[in-house]
Amino acid sequence: MKTDDLIASLATDAPMQRPLRRLFAAAAILGVLFGFILFMLTLGPRPDIHQAMHTMRFDFKFVVTIVLAVSAFFVVRDMARPEVTRSPFRPLLWAAPVLLILAVALELMVVPQDQWMPRLIGHNMRFCTTMIPLFALAPLALMLWVLRRGAPQNPARAGAVAGLVAGGIGAALYAAHCFDDSPLFVATWYTLAIAFIAGVGALLGSRFLRW
Amino acid sequence: MAWAELMRAGLAGNAAAYRELLEAIAPRLRKFAANGLLRAGVGNADAEDVVQEILLAIHLKRQTWMQDQPFLPWLNAIARHKLIDVLRRRGRRGEVPIEGLIEILPDEPPAPETSHSELNKLVSRLDGKQQTVVSSISLDGNSIRDTAAKLGMSEGAVRVAFHRGLKKLAELYRAGETA
Repeated sequence: MKTDDLIASLATDAPMQRPLRRLFAAAAILGVLFGFILFMLTLGPRPDIHQAMHTMRFDFKFVVTIVLAVSAFFVVRDMARPEVTRSPFRPLLWAAPVLLILAVALELMVVPQDQWMPRLIGHNMRFCTTMIPLFALAPLALMLWVLRRGAPQNPARAGAVAGLVAGGIGAALYAAHCFDDSPLFVATWYTLAIAFIAGVGALLGSRFLRW
Repeated sequence: MAWAELMRAGLAGNAAAYRELLEAIAPRLRKFAANGLLRAGVGNADAEDVVQEILLAIHLKRQTWMQDQPFLPWLNAIARHKLIDVLRRRGRRGEVPIEGLIEILPDEPPAPETSHSELNKLVSRLDGKQQTVVSSISLDGNSIRDTAAKLGMSEGAVRVAFHRGLKKLAELYRAGETA
């Protein structure tokens, strides 16, 4: 095949699909929506959510998980562009872990030592580590689907960051049901569940995001 | 017109501008591919195959270029990524020239005849309808409309089959199935 013929034929191929940015936004919105529907069909919010909303510990769970999802979203969107070696948003990924560490430090200061372990173990750790990945599934699939149209330089890493977006969304949803509000619990089990999803994302990324 | 402008026009659906852009890029890619292959210690005999693979990647990934960003860094990133990929498939570490297309002098070697290109072999590996459509459009130079008439398909169906065929070709390249 002559290169000129190839070029001529490429020019006849379907004109543009939607810009990637819009697809990312759509994937995030749909991911949240699907996750939310699944959440309402399975667990739903805890019955005392109205009182809970007035407690700092409960609210903090949303702050940290949403900050994670949003910061990872901006980073992963850049990772779909081949020429971006380092997203300017990358430092933002530190925000959620730093917040969490501060919250843990505060918790350790205000809570007596004999309460540390019970709070860390909580009531529902197995449930928590299952349900967060479950609610993260749809967002992860959607993020990877958009990334496949992208041109990530590092497919595994892009998949992992997509996993952080999805894990953040899944964790924020689960947080509305979960009775364990201590940052000690969140830092342990939420982190574990999100890390698991990020690992799944990395694995899928290295398989399906090559181009 | 500058490349970025041509690309913007192409993304907006101007096929002529898009074609002009790819034609302007091809000689640079040719030099880039030949250089890269030589430096990696593999002959540059099939540089044109690499050029075609890069062009296909540019085409399939064109929506990853942000229209308000410079065009050349994007182009360089795609070209380099594909060259590294080619070298890796041949068991070479991807030692690709650090400088990209921009710095390379726009010397224009003529496009070689490539009737037995890798792409031809890959097209023959597509399945049924995709193969018919892609060879009609890319090899025989038929338009979408003529192809549709010839095959008794709707133009929409031809477009879809053609686009899927191109995607599949990129996958086949990557899998190195002609090796």
